[in-house]
Amino acid sequence: MTDLSHIRNFSIVAHIDHGKSTLADRLIQDTNTVADRDMKAQLLDSMDIERERGITIKANTVRIEYKADDGEDYVLNLIDTPGHVDFAYEVSRSMRAVEGSLLVVDSTQGVEAQTLANVYQAIDADHEIVPVLNKIDLPASECDRVAEQIEDVIGIDATDAIQVSAKTGVGIHETLEAIVTKLPAPEGNRDAPLKAMLVDSWYDPYLGVVVLVRVIDGEMRVKDRVKFMSNGTIHQIDRLGVFRPDMENIDVLGPGEIGFITASIKQVRDTRVGDTITSEKKGAEEALDGFKPSQPVVFCGLFPVDSAQFEDLRDAIDKLALNDASFSFEMETSAALGFGFRCGFLGLLHLEVIRDRIEREYDIELITTAPSVIYHVYMRDGTKIDLHNPADMPDVTHVDHIEEPRIKATILVPDDYLGDVLKLCQERRGVQLDLTYAGSRAMTVYDLPLNEVVFDFYDRLKSVTKGYASFDYQLTGYQTDNLVKMSVLVNEEPVDALSMMVHRDRAEMRGRAMVEKLKDLIPRHMFKIPIQAAIGGKVIARETLSALRKDVTAKCYGGDATRKRKLLDKQKAGKKKMRQFGKVDIPQEAFISALKMDS
Amino acid sequence: MTENWQRGGFGLYVHWPFCEAKCPYCDFNSYVSQSIDHDRWKAAYLSELNRVGSETPDRVLTSIFFGGGTPSLMEPSVVEEIIKTAGKLWPFTNDIEITIEANPSSVEAERFKGFQAGGVNRVSLGVQALNDTDLKALGRLHSVKEAREAIEIAQNTFERASFDLIYARQNQTLSQWESELSEAVAIGTDHLSLYQLTIEQGTAFGDRHKRGMLRGLPSEDLGADMYFATQDICEAAGLPAYETSNHARTGEESRHNQIYWRSGDYVGIGPGAHGRVTLNQMRLSTESFLAPGEWLKSVEDLNSGESERDPLDLGDQKDEFLLMGLRMSEGVDLSVFDFSDKYNEINNLSELGLVDKKDDTLRVTPQGRPLLNSILARLV
Ligand SMILES: Nc1nc2c(ncn2[C@@H]2O[C@H](COP(=O)(O)OP(=O)(O)OP(=O)(O)O)[C@@H](O)[C@H]2O)c(=O)[nH]1
Ligand SMILES: C[S@@+](CC[C@H](N)C(=O)[O-])C[C@H]1O[C@@H](n2cnc3c(N)ncnc32)[C@H](O)[C@@H]1O
Ligand code: SF4
Ligand SMILES: [Mg+2]
Repeated sequence: MTDLSHIRNFSIVAHIDHGKSTLADRLIQDTNTVADRDMKAQLLDSMDIERERGITIKANTVRIEYKADDGEDYVLNLIDTPGHVDFAYEVSRSMRAVEGSLLVVDSTQGVEAQTLANVYQAIDADHEIVPVLNKIDLPASECDRVAEQIEDVIGIDATDAIQVSAKTGVGIHETLEAIVTKLPAPEGNRDAPLKAMLVDSWYDPYLGVVVLVRVIDGEMRVKDRVKFMSNGTIHQIDRLGVFRPDMENIDVLGPGEIGFITASIKQVRDTRVGDTITSEKKGAEEALDGFKPSQPVVFCGLFPVDSAQFEDLRDAIDKLALNDASFSFEMETSAALGFGFRCGFLGLLHLEVIRDRIEREYDIELITTAPSVIYHVYMRDGTKIDLHNPADMPDVTHVDHIEEPRIKATILVPDDYLGDVLKLCQERRGVQLDLTYAGSRAMTVYDLPLNEVVFDFYDRLKSVTKGYASFDYQLTGYQTDNLVKMSVLVNEEPVDALSMMVHRDRAEMRGRAMVEKLKDLIPRHMFKIPIQAAIGGKVIARETLSALRKDVTAKCYGGDATRKRKLLDKQKAGKKKMRQFGKVDIPQEAFISALKMDS
Repeated sequence: MTENWQRGGFGLYVHWPFCEAKCPYCDFNSYVSQSIDHDRWKAAYLSELNRVGSETPDRVLTSIFFGGGTPSLMEPSVVEEIIKTAGKLWPFTNDIEITIEANPSSVEAERFKGFQAGGVNRVSLGVQALNDTDLKALGRLHSVKEAREAIEIAQNTFERASFDLIYARQNQTLSQWESELSEAVAIGTDHLSLYQLTIEQGTAFGDRHKRGMLRGLPSEDLGADMYFATQDICEAAGLPAYETSNHARTGEESRHNQIYWRSGDYVGIGPGAHGRVTLNQMRLSTESFLAPGEWLKSVEDLNSGESERDPLDLGDQKDEFLLMGLRMSEGVDLSVFDFSDKYNEINNLSELGLVDKKDDTLRVTPQGRPLLNSILARLV
């Protein structure tokens, strides 16, 4: 057990890819927490999907021991956090467990949207903030300019910002010293009743549910019986320890310390992130302030390509959900796609990650339908429906009005591209709230409908700004608007999986774009196929896919009978990648691609 | 009831796997070789012939086809010997058709006379194009002039002569093809094979195509226009299509190919040759070793060049029956097998005007013919 004055707890926050995980590597390595031979890049990104995509998805904790220049031994608990906006929730709860933050800014890039989002969270959490300018080994590094920008845009003192190369190790010692000298020690009372914050929990196949805790007051030991205050459940601690970064058992966790417990908990859903843990007897009276739970905001249908794999899909989703409380699901049936699940995600990257994992780890090929948001549909009879799926839209004659979720989006972009960004936001029904400049970068804040953003806004933003813009958003609330359900008919038959909610004023444009796309995506058939977009009974856009004219194999001699049979088998296998609607085969990828807007 | 194999006739296919050069579009089992020991090949063919002959007594041979490769490069004496041996194994029908494929660059009047004397009565010439630029682009060694001379010699030497053209070539326009085909028809012939250029994987064209380097290929629409123009011109000239790519004056159809398309029986010898034979009520599919060296060795050491022999179950037979039979204008006789499981699709296709069913005969309509692959995909 370490004395409070010799503990420092901090998170590392930054915009995506600014080098948080790499900085964590150097801190771990410089303090000999991990033997050199066991070291690898972004050591804490241990999930396959993290390593493959080179991004952090889950926050990770490590305990480091450091002998400072003052000759004293310190215990440092660092939490490496994800940078992507979808996983902002990981950052916010991590911040509640620590007293300070290292704000990493890539000195070749400067302040970006998630830099801002994260630093504001750190300020909200009353953190002491140490700015770190990273990647100074690169020729494009401009420390002075970036320091100035930090002061201008964020308003924190950056005169003492540490200049670091997480790649070469320059400035790591200074960083460790700043952690000890600039960040506050935690406060807490060893003799008070136990109060520990449940920071996170996840499922480990060997240990069951592992709970990450931050002790505020009192102590935790193995065999202690503890109470989760939100639901009053009692658990006996089986194991207790810290991460270095592998799990290491210790005897006791005291105030200011961060570690894990296991207590024969079956499901992640039995633990509530932000809960307060106290002792069964003579426990604390008052719980800590909880966290706002994370809410899925983007919904889509996941259907197995091979309908026989529905049960496998159910299994896969159950297993993934065990470990990811922010991912929700319920069964869905589609006339077009059969049985599947309607799933809720934190954002599009989250959606992609889950989909990839199902496809790869469970070997199930999926059809993903267009992402949608939750609409509030107010009925004439006074009831309200939460609409997750456009296919479930009730008859309009019974609908009074519809509300849609809106967000506050912050976009940072070099001046040169500002015009394109404003145009994009305007097209997406955005309302500008703010526009400021910091050097040659502009920062604009928009009020936007979430449904205009979930799908391809980020892709479009990247493409119109050549990747130089950064983007962050927060949900702000619901607002009534003129929203309608647009259906798509292929060969006169509605395809439910392609229906979507759109703003009335944008319906023609989207409908046109959609039928044009579908015309390219659906292969020609032996007959011509009308493709229509409609609102109610009214067709608003129409294209005709002309009939196939010629495909016959010219040459066919005796031996070709065998070859032709094989060719046809192949053709049939290709057909499996399609879904049949009436007489028309639609390729799977059409369900997503049809919605992408090129302009 | 007549068995299916009895109805289609009985054929012998002989595969000669060598050519003077490999054409860039061709994926036939053909090779270029500097030295060929013709006696060794003769012995191997005769050995194979005896092997398949002993399995199929009591048949009457309707056709022999020397295919390739370029079988006009065979020694006439070898061809003659094969025909003689076949005659000892099976009685020939009176009107037996004996065809040899020939390449215009290997035509000499003497040689053709040799084949004719040995029993060959029909020739199929690979002309491919009637303009020199395109012949070069197709990697052909002959000129238009040589091709025309070859046609003349062929027509003078054999009872029947046919030639092949390839259309939908790089940068070919519709009107260019129309006039070229008109020229071809004007030569005066009773049989023409007109193939749309197919880009096959693993050929030089296939590789170029994959790399995006094969420019000027026609669109599907232009290909279709050329196909329809082909039908019109040939019909007007009294050479209607009796199969997807084959045109003939009535009675001048290639009987050998009709055996394939009517699911008749045929034995195949030579590298890569396929066969379909009904033995003890069981229809078998046979294949021979593809590589010339391997085939020779197997024939010499094991007395058989066959690499595979598989029974075709009823489902396979039905599929092949449609795959091959619907290529023909005459269509197929649905009473041969039980096709009741297909009636639903047949109805759908006839509603689209793509097939036509009258009593037991199912035909693909003129509109349906160019869409045969899609049609078959629904039927098999
Ligand atoms: N040249 C140079 N490259 C660096 C430095 N620090 C990080 N990088 C590189 O920048 C990229 C992103 O680094 P990460 O450490 O994964 O960034 P991150 O902030 O953890 O990213 P997320 O977790 O996805 O938000 C990697 O390719 C690193 O190798 C540095 O100091 N110099
Ligand atoms: C075995 S070859 C004929 C004999 C001889 N080897 C020759 O090329 O002259 C059979 C015919 O198939 C046709 N053919 C070959 N490859 C083709 C392709 N890729 N596309 C279209 N027709 C092709 C040619 O017309 C060729 O004459
Ligand atoms: S097209 Fe004829 S000559 Fe050319 S390689 Fe093929 S078989 Fe030989
Ligand atoms: Mg990271």
